[in-house]
Amino acid sequence: MSAAATATTAATATTANAAATAADAVGPRASLAYLLRLGDLSLVLGQRLGEWVGHSPALEEDLGMANIALDLIGQARLLLSYAGEVEGRGRGEDEIAFLREHGEYLNATLAEQPNGDFGHTIVRQVLLDAFQLELYQRLAASADARLAAIAAKSVKETRYHLRYSAGWLVRLGDGTEESHARVQSALERLWPLTVELFAADEIDRAMADAGIAPPLEQVRAAWAARVDALLAEATLERPRDQSHAWFGKQGQHSEHLGYLLAEMQYMQRTYPGARW
Amino acid sequence: MENQHHWPLYEVFIRARGGLDHKHVGSLHATDARMAIEHARDLYTRRQEGVSIWVVPSVDIVASDPGESAALFEPARDKIYRHPTFYEIPDEVKTL
Repeated sequence: MSAAATATTAATATTANAAATAADAVGPRASLAYLLRLGDLSLVLGQRLGEWVGHSPALEEDLGMANIALDLIGQARLLLSYAGEVEGRGRGEDEIAFLREHGEYLNATLAEQPNGDFGHTIVRQVLLDAFQLELYQRLAASADARLAAIAAKSVKETRYHLRYSAGWLVRLGDGTEESHARVQSALERLWPLTVELFAADEIDRAMADAGIAPPLEQVRAAWAARVDALLAEATLERPRDQSHAWFGKQGQHSEHLGYLLAEMQYMQRTYPGARW
Repeated sequence: MENQHHWPLYEVFIRARGGLDHKHVGSLHATDARMAIEHARDLYTRRQEGVSIWVVPSVDIVASDPGESAALFEPARDKIYRHPTFYEIPDEVKTL
């Protein structure tokens, strides 16, 4: 190893030590919120996909979507466990996942949107898979070693998720007249909710400044390039950006989240502390 | 579910580990080859069963005719000398 390379390695190590965790770098409150945003996105999206089990257009799709849902819930477990430790009130993954109130969930509003038809679910999935892929790829280089490790594991799963959802987007978009019309209309309905994914607030900026998370404008550029290419292949038209009222990552949700939580939380609230 | 009847059938072959042959493990429905690989991954490798997948459209498999099985397979039945059971295996050979 050359002297210059050694020096670089040493410098990197020093930086990493200076901000070993997100909590050290930006304080526990901001890092807790950031971890909940990541974890809740996976949790809520996983719950939504799970609703397809037993109702998919084909047995093979049933298993495919259940598989993706399980990956997402696995990511949520890692992220919410970490969030529980950062919070420091002794809450584990289950308490965090199942015993919070509506406004305490910090997932982007897009994740909680109802499944609609299969094409609608696929559009939601493509938009979020592409987002998670670009985000996790960059989080894998986070100054927070634990977050980096979670992202490195998740990025492999997410690459497959996007392969699956993008395959369907192209098949449906470039399919029959009806399938094209359905996914185009789902795209029109869901597109406004993508604005929130990249609308950086003080938490996102603090994370980026500390090297914990990538700047969201960087994620947005990569996401847009990826999504545009997919839409072109699927012969779909990209809707115009417009503002929207929801801001799930600050706890302001659409009416759909309450119904989802009622079903998801039922078991833990009826049998508190139940394990299996 | 009714649309599924129009999806072509694919046969799935999985290689369990490097160095082993691909083995037939089952079949599935898919609209195209890419989907067949994805379904095979989700259906047949979810418990780490494989490191490689082949899918083959079932219509492309040429099969022997069960009606001809007498002509095809029975002539081998009385030729037991083709089995390597007449050799004495030396004690030193452990794994044969």
